[in-house]
Amino acid sequence: MKPEIRHHLTDALLMAYATGALPEAFNLAVAAHISMCDECRAQLGAFDAIGGALIEDGQAAAMPDNSFAACLARAKATPPAAAPPRTNGVLPAPVRAYVGGDLDVVRWRPVGMGVRQAILPTDRRATARLIRIPAGVAVPDHGHRGTELTLVLQGAFLDATDRFGLGDIEVANEDLQHTPIADVGVDCICLTATDAPLRFSKLGHRIAQRFLRI
Amino acid sequence: MKSDRHMENERWVACIARIREDADEGAFAELYEHFAPRVKGFLTKSGAQATLAEECTQDVMATLWQKSHLFDPARASAATWIFTIARNRRIDALRKSQRPEPEEISWGPAEPPDQADVLALQQESAALAEAIGALPEKQKALIEAAYYADLSHSEIAEQTGLPLGTIKSRIRLALERLRHAMKR
Repeated sequence: MKPEIRHHLTDALLMAYATGALPEAFNLAVAAHISMCDECRAQLGAFDAIGGALIEDGQAAAMPDNSFAACLARAKATPPAAAPPRTNGVLPAPVRAYVGGDLDVVRWRPVGMGVRQAILPTDRRATARLIRIPAGVAVPDHGHRGTELTLVLQGAFLDATDRFGLGDIEVANEDLQHTPIADVGVDCICLTATDAPLRFSKLGHRIAQRFLRI
Repeated sequence: MKSDRHMENERWVACIARIREDADEGAFAELYEHFAPRVKGFLTKSGAQATLAEECTQDVMATLWQKSHLFDPARASAATWIFTIARNRRIDALRKSQRPEPEEISWGPAEPPDQADVLALQQESAALAEAIGALPEKQKALIEAAYYADLSHSEIAEQTGLPLGTIKSRIRLALERLRHAMKR
């Protein structure tokens, strides 16, 4: 069953995902949200369709004479691509591909106050990480230099702006200083993507930041 | 009455079906003749040299042959599907980055798509192309910059010298116009 999602991707993010302008970590967060959200999937279809229309009406550049035969030979040399197998789990398929499995194989590292994280390997323009916050615990008050996406994969968190449940994505920028608190019940697990280090309010957190790559 | 674009969209959908059903090389040749030069044009505008653009275009068209059974004409026009393959190839070959895909909704042996859905989607794709063609030049140029050169808003700002706010609002206006046009 699909979760009821109230917080969606922005047009700007969907368009940048469609054009391929996002860093890998953001692509991952967008792909994970769309895996859970039919509304954003449909929106993405519209942004892809703009690309299709531009290709259709765009400038053609002549291909070399013999290129069709070469292409056909190439096409037939490789067997047809299989659809990816369906799997069930807590993590959406694109995230599982980075983890190498579902939640049970995530290699968590403690970052203090019971909060744990696992950094996922992406290109260095931005950082993707899984964060696990024990039920009822707050992540230290922090602001953002760039953009931070936070997608809820389990449980829920609250901050001054709203409550974010399963499948919701929060798009935070320089203007938001927040203290996310995991809702009671189960641990909150989120996928975050950031393109600049977070800014914590307290000095202690800032020092920890350098060692922990937060 | 079907527009020319709509009829053309249906022709390409039929070609992909012939590849899927009969490994029809003639259908592949028709698609190749129409789309390969457009894909090359797209990749060239994205900054690829001719040889690399030709190489990648062949990859894109070969992928179309190999994945013809995954094409869903109720969800995309042929041009849209080819755009997504070309974009992914560009990210991989030119940008050396990764773009994870969302988990697919439908699995296993796909049911044949509903013909009414296919008709509606192909018609809408034609209408969208018309609407993009009718955008004011300044707005259209920014949409093209975003898609062809895969530039972020701030990169477009650097290249054009336009303030970031202007770019954002022009793109927003363009999207509003397209939405409005698609409601009719």
